[in-house]
Amino acid sequence: MKNDIEIDWQKIDNIISKYNANHEALLMIMHDIGEIYNYVPQQVIPVLVDRLGVKESLIYSVATFYKTVSLTPRGKYIISVCTGTACHVRGAEKIMGALEEKLNIIEGQTTEDRLFTLDSVRCIGCCAAGPVVNVNKETHGGLDRSSVLEIINEYKHRAS
Amino acid sequence: MSRLENREALKKFREAIKAGRQQSKKKLISLCAGSGCGAYGTAKVHQALTAELSRQNLQDQVEIKLSCCHGFCQKGPIMVIHPERIFYPQVKEEHIPEVVEKTIKNGKLADSLIFKDPTTKEKIVHEQDIPFYKLQQRVIFGNNSLIDPTNMEDYLAVGGYTAMEKALFDMGSEQIIDQIKASGLRGRGGGGFPTGIKWETCRRHEGRRYVICNADEGDPGAYMDRILLEGNPHCVIEGMIIGAIAIQSHDGYVYVRHEYPLAVTNLEIALKSAREKGLLGNNILGSGFDFDIQISRGGGAFVCGESTALMASLEGKPGRPRAKYVHTVAKGFRDDPSNLNNVETWANVPLVINKGADWYSQIGTKTSKGTKIFSLVGKVNNTGLVEVPMGTSLRKIIFDIGGGIPKNKKFKAVQTGGPSGGCIPEQFLDVGVDYDELLKLGSIMGSGGMIVMDQDTCMVDVARYFIEFLKEESCGQCNPCREGIKQMLEILTDICQGHGKEGDIELLEELGGMIQKFALCGLGTSAPNPVLTTILYFREEYEAHIRDKKCPAGVCKNLFHYDIAEDLCTGCGLCAKKCPKNAITGEKKKPHKLNQDECIKCGICYEGCKFGAIVIK
Repeated sequence: MKNDIEIDWQKIDNIISKYNANHEALLMIMHDIGEIYNYVPQQVIPVLVDRLGVKESLIYSVATFYKTVSLTPRGKYIISVCTGTACHVRGAEKIMGALEEKLNIIEGQTTEDRLFTLDSVRCIGCCAAGPVVNVNKETHGGLDRSSVLEIINEYKHRAS
Repeated sequence: MSRLENREALKKFREAIKAGRQQSKKKLISLCAGSGCGAYGTAKVHQALTAELSRQNLQDQVEIKLSCCHGFCQKGPIMVIHPERIFYPQVKEEHIPEVVEKTIKNGKLADSLIFKDPTTKEKIVHEQDIPFYKLQQRVIFGNNSLIDPTNMEDYLAVGGYTAMEKALFDMGSEQIIDQIKASGLRGRGGGGFPTGIKWETCRRHEGRRYVICNADEGDPGAYMDRILLEGNPHCVIEGMIIGAIAIQSHDGYVYVRHEYPLAVTNLEIALKSAREKGLLGNNILGSGFDFDIQISRGGGAFVCGESTALMASLEGKPGRPRAKYVHTVAKGFRDDPSNLNNVETWANVPLVINKGADWYSQIGTKTSKGTKIFSLVGKVNNTGLVEVPMGTSLRKIIFDIGGGIPKNKKFKAVQTGGPSGGCIPEQFLDVGVDYDELLKLGSIMGSGGMIVMDQDTCMVDVARYFIEFLKEESCGQCNPCREGIKQMLEILTDICQGHGKEGDIELLEELGGMIQKFALCGLGTSAPNPVLTTILYFREEYEAHIRDKKCPAGVCKNLFHYDIAEDLCTGCGLCAKKCPKNAITGEKKKPHKLNQDECIKCGICYEGCKFGAIVIK
C-alpha cells in the first residue's frame, strides 16, 4: 500500500529548492509534499536525507512529532472535525459520531475507497461558528448531525 | 509598484491615497471575509453581489471590499455599507437583489435584513449603535471593516506605517524602549511579561538578534491572533519593524500554525507589498536600517507556543521545550538573543508609538494597560471577537456585549486561558478582567479565549476534555507531565464513566499539586489548572458523579438518562419525528413515551423540545 504511487521527482525538487534546501525548513517541505500526495511517501525520505543533509532519524522524529504530517496514505478529502473547546461545548462529539456512523470508519481511519479520511483537529480558529468541520481547506460552520451529513454527500457527489 | 526611497515619499504616497478616497463618490460595501463569516458563506454572497451589480450596471458606482473580520462572528456573513455604516447581519445570496435595489440604488433600508437586538427586540440600523460594538473600545479593531488585508493602501489610508516612520526617523532605540516600558504594555500571549523590559534585556545581549512573532495560537477556543494576522497583517509587520529598530535586529520570523492557511497567504501578500514599497528589506525608506521577515509554518503542536519549543521548531527540529536557566532573550533561536512576542502584542506596538505611552497607559487597570481582545465563544448569544479595556467585568463582557446565554439557560462558568487556565463560576462575574485578578481566581488571562458554559455543560467532562488535550500535547520529556497527566486522565475518565471512587478528588488534587511544582515547562506546570479550579468551584459536581453516579448536566452518558415529563409534554410529536432510533412513541396531543432500551442519548429530543418536557434524570 505504501509504495504504490508514482513520485513526480521534479515537483519534489522544486519544493526543496523553494526553501534553498535549508534543513530548518524540513517541516514545511514535508507539508508541501503532503499537499500533493496527502501524505509523505516513504520513497521521498532518502532524498530529503541527501538534499537537506539531515539524519533519517531527524526526519522521522519531526514527522511523528507534528500532527500535520502523515506517513501513511490518506483520503482525497480529509475531514477534520474541530474538537476545540468552543466546538466541544457545542457538541463536536455528536458531529464526530454522526460522521463515524455515516462513513463506517473511526477517527484516524480512511474509507476503503480512499475518498475520505476522518480526523480531528484541536481548534481551527473558527470558534464563533462552532461546531465546525474542515474538508481539506474548506470550512463549514454552524453544523448539526444532519447538516454535516449533507456536506459529506456533496463531496461524494463532487468526486463521482 | 515603485519603491519609496525616503520618508517624504511615503508621506506623499499616503496623502495621495487618502485624497483619492475622500474624492471618491462610490458607495463602499464592506463584506467580512474573516474565517467565521467565511464558514457561513461569504464567498457565495460576494459572487452574488458582484453579479447583481454588473447586471444592474452599477459596478462603477460601488466598491466591494472583502475586509478584515468585523468581530460579530455569530451574525456572519456580515455586510456594512459605508459611509453610513448600515449593518446587515446574516446576509445570504437571496438577499442581494433587495440590498442592491433598496439600499444601493434608492438609499433606503432592506427591512428584512436590519439587525434586531436579541434582548430588547429593538431594530438597530447602524453598526456603531449595536450594543455588541457600542460597549467595546476597539483601538486595535476599529478600522477592520475598512481594511482589505491584501491591499496595503487600505492600511496606509488609516494612518498605517506612521508609527514606523516616527520610530525610524524621530526616535532612537532607547527612546522606543522607554515608551514601550512607560506604556505598561504586557505580553498578550498569556504570560503577561512587560514587553519593554523584554526588549531592553534582549538588546543588552550580544550576537545576531532575532525578532520573532508567535502566531502559534494553540489555545482551543481562541482565535484573535488568527484574525489579526489574516485580517490586518500590516499592523503586525509594522509592530515587528519597530521592535527590530528598538533591539537592533535585522532578521524577523513569524511562526504561524499550518492550520491557518489564510493567515499564511495574507501575510505572504503583505510582506511582498511591504518589500516592494521599501518598507521591508535593505535600507528601509533610505534610513540605512535593514530588516526583513520570513514565515515559518508550525505543525499543530500546542507545546510550540512555548518560547523554547517554538525556537527549536524554527530550527527544523521537534518542538520540545528546554529548562529556562538561560532565557531566550540571551540564547534562543540558533543560540542567539531572540525576542519573542505574541501577534496581539506586536499589533499594540504601533498604537503606543503613535499615540504615546501616556495615552496608552490611561486605558486599563493599575497593573494591566491597554485593551484586550477576547474570543467570546461557547454558550453565549453573541459569539465573536470583543475588544475591551483591561479591567472590564466578566458580566459586562458576557451579558452586556455577549447578550447572555442562549435559550434562557443558566450561566454556569466561563473558561479563560485555554488548557492552562481555569473555570470561573458565577459569584466572580463582577471581577474586572486583568492579568492579576484572573490569577487570583486560579485561572489566567492566557491569550484571551473566553468560553462560556451553561447548565448543560458538565464541569467534570470539561476538566477531562482539557486533560485529554494536554495528554496528547505533552512532549513527553519530563516525568511529572508525561505520567502525571496520564494518571489524572485515567481518574477523570473513570469518574465520567461512573467508576469514580471515594478519594479520587483528593488524589487529583495531590497529583495536580505535584505536576504544578515539578514539570519542566509552562505547559506542564499549568496543566492541572482546569482540574483544580473545577474541583475548587464545582466540587459538588465531582461528588455527584462519584457518590450518586449522576451527571447533573446530562453529558456523561453512563450517568444519566432522558425522560419525558408527562405534565409538560403537549404531544406535538416533534421529538418522535426527530429521534434517529424511533425510541419515542405516542399519540398526537397526548404525552409521549421514551423507550430507554432504544435511546442512544444523542440529545436531539432534548435540544429540540420547545416545552422543556424532555428532562435529564
